[in-house]
Amino acid sequence: MDISSQSVSAQLANPKVKKTWWQSKAMRRFRRNPLGIVGFVILVGFIFISLFAGPLTSNQLVNYRNNCVRDLGLSRSTVTDVQNPLKMAFWRIIFAPPNSCFNMPRDGFSEVPKPPSELSILGTTSGGYDIYYGLIWGARTAFYGGIIVTGFGLLVGIIIGSISGYFGGWIDTLIMRIIDVIFAIPGLVLSMVIVTILGQSLRNVIIALSIFAWAGYARFLRGEILRVRELDFVDGAKALGARSPRLIFRHVLPNSIGSLIILASLDIGTIVLSVAALSFLGLGAPAGYADWGQMVNFARGWMLGLPGQPFAYWYVIFWPSFIIVLFVLGWNLLGDAVRDVLDVRS
Amino acid sequence: MFVFIVRRLLFLPVVFFGVTLFIILLMQFLSPTQRAATYVRSEAQLRNIDAIIEQYGLNKGPHVQYWNWLKQVGQGNWGFSKATGEPVWASFKRRFPATLELAILSFIPTMLLGVWLGSASALNRDGFIDQVSRITSIFFWSLPVFVLAIWLLVIFYGGLGWFGLGQVTTAHSLEIIKPEFQRYTGFMTIDSLLNIRFDIFLDVINHMVLPIVTLVAIQSAQIVRIMRSSLLDTLTQDFVRTARAKGLAESIVNRKHALRNAIIPIITLGGFTIVGLLNGVVITETVFAYPGMGKWLADAAVQLDTASVMAGAVFTGILVVLANMLADVLYAVIDPRIRYN
Repeated sequence: MDISSQSVSAQLANPKVKKTWWQSKAMRRFRRNPLGIVGFVILVGFIFISLFAGPLTSNQLVNYRNNCVRDLGLSRSTVTDVQNPLKMAFWRIIFAPPNSCFNMPRDGFSEVPKPPSELSILGTTSGGYDIYYGLIWGARTAFYGGIIVTGFGLLVGIIIGSISGYFGGWIDTLIMRIIDVIFAIPGLVLSMVIVTILGQSLRNVIIALSIFAWAGYARFLRGEILRVRELDFVDGAKALGARSPRLIFRHVLPNSIGSLIILASLDIGTIVLSVAALSFLGLGAPAGYADWGQMVNFARGWMLGLPGQPFAYWYVIFWPSFIIVLFVLGWNLLGDAVRDVLDVRS
Repeated sequence: MFVFIVRRLLFLPVVFFGVTLFIILLMQFLSPTQRAATYVRSEAQLRNIDAIIEQYGLNKGPHVQYWNWLKQVGQGNWGFSKATGEPVWASFKRRFPATLELAILSFIPTMLLGVWLGSASALNRDGFIDQVSRITSIFFWSLPVFVLAIWLLVIFYGGLGWFGLGQVTTAHSLEIIKPEFQRYTGFMTIDSLLNIRFDIFLDVINHMVLPIVTLVAIQSAQIVRIMRSSLLDTLTQDFVRTARAKGLAESIVNRKHALRNAIIPIITLGGFTIVGLLNGVVITETVFAYPGMGKWLADAAVQLDTASVMAGAVFTGILVVLANMLADVLYAVIDPRIRYN
C-alpha cells in the first residue's frame, strides 16, 4: 500500500512521467508505421460500413421488393426513415436489423448476371442478387462470424490454457497431447465434414470453426503462465498464503492475458477467411444470404465469360473478391504493426 | 536425439486414435441409415439398407462401430470411397503421387523465393527492394487461396487460354489409361519421361503451372516475412560485428555468418509450410479440378464419405507429425546449440 501511493505521488510531482495514452511509447511507435495506419483506416471503414449497412443501402431497400422493409414496419414511402437518426427505424436497422435484411434483394431470378445499371449499381450476380447490397451487408456477416469464433476460442482457450499451465503434471500432459492431435488434424476437411453433418448454415460454420479455434490460444496462454509463474511476485503471493484459484485469477492471468487478447483479436481476419473459404465451397449461409464467400461461389459459373468475351461478367467475380482481400489486408496490416509495437526486442 | 525421435514416433499412434475416434464420434450425429449410405454401391443394396446397417453394426454404439472399422483396417481394408467410386486404397495410390508432385514442385520454389527475397529485403533495409517486397508479401499473405486461384483461372485459362484445367488434356487422358503407358512411379512428370512421351510431359507441366503459382505465391509470402525479420535480428548480433571487425568482406559476413544463422527459423517454418500446403491443396485442387488428395477429400467431406475422410485424416495427421519431426531434427543438426534431451 505504502509503496504504490509513493509511486503515484512521485508521478504527480514529476509531470514528465505522466503521459497521455496518445503519447505513450507504444502509440508513438504505431503512429510512425504508415502501413499500420493504412490497415487501421481500412478497418475503421469496414466497421463504419457494417454499422451503417441499413442507411447505406436505403436506395436498394426502396427500389427492390424485399422483406426487410416490411419487417421493420416501414412502407415504400417511409423507407427513407432508415437514413434519419430521429426515427426509430434508423436505430433499429443499425442495432437490431431483422434477419430478412441479410437477404440480398433480387432483380428477377435469372441465372445470367446483369451488368451495372441504375437499379443495381454494381450489377447483379447469378440468381439476380444485387452485388452492392451483398457487399455492404456481407461486412456485418464477416464481423459476426469472426468475432464469435474468436471470442469463443479465446474463452475456451483461456480456461483450458490456465488449467494446463497452472496445474502442470498429468493434466497438462493430457491437454497438450489433445492440442497436438488437433494441430495434426486437417482442419479445413474436418470443418467441411462437421458442417455437412450438422447441416449447411452460417451458425454451423461458426460451430465447426470454434471447435478448432481454442487450441492455439490455450497453448499460448499455457506458455505465458509457465513464464509468469516463475516470477518472484507469484512466490511472494504464495508465501502470503494465496490459494491456487486466487493465484491464477488475481496474479498469474492478469499478467499473461493482455497480449493474448490483442493477438487473438488480430486473428479475426484469418477466421473471416476460413468462413469465406467454407462458403466458397458451398457450405456456408443459405443461398441469397449476404456473405462474401458465397458471392465468389456464385460467380464461379460465370467468371469465364462468353466465347470471345472472356471478361464479359467481370463484375460478378471482381467485387466480392476485392472486398474480401481488402478486409483481410486491413487486419493483416494492422496486426503486423501491433505485433511490431508489442515486440520488446525491437 | 535418438530418444527424441522415438518419442515423436510414439506420438503417431496417439494421432491415429485421436483423429479416427473424433471422426467416429462426429458420425454419431447421423442416423444409422445415413451412416449406411456410404456403403451403398448398387440399387439392390439401397433397397436392402437394413442388411447393411446390421452387417456393419451401424445401429450399435460408437465403440462397436469403431472396433469394426479398426478390424477392417487391420486387415488392410480401408473401405470403399463413395466420392471416387473405387476402393479407398486405389484412390489413394493414384491421387497421393499427384498431390505429392504438386507439393514438391511448390515447396522448392516457395523456399528459394522466400529466402532470397527475405534476405534481399533485410540487407537493403528500407531500400527500394525492401519496400516492394514488404508490400507485395503482405498483400499475397492476405490473399485467400480461393481468390488468387480464381483470378489466375479467369485470366490465364479463361482470358488468355494458356493453361488447362485438370491433370492432362482430354486427348492425353485417354492415352495415359492405355496399357502401353506404363505407370512406373505414379508421378505423371516422371512417368511421361520414362515412357518417352515429351508431349505428355509438357502437357502435365502446363496443367500444374496455375496450382503451383497459387501455392507458391501465398506460402512464400510468409517465408519472406520471417526470413527478413530473422536476418535483421542476426545482423545486430555480436558475432556479426566481430566478423566485420576482423576485416572480412561485407558479402562474406552476410553470406557465411549472418545468412546461415538467420535461416534456422525457416527450417521450423518448413514444417508449417507443409501443413499449409496440405490445407492449400484442398481449395487449389478444387478450383483447378486437379485430381489429387485435396479435391478427393473435399468431395468426400461434402458427401459424408466416411471411409475416405478417415483415411485422409489419418494420412494427413501422420504426415504433419513426421514433417514437424523432420524440421526439428534438421534444426538440431544445423544448429549445434540445440539439444533435445
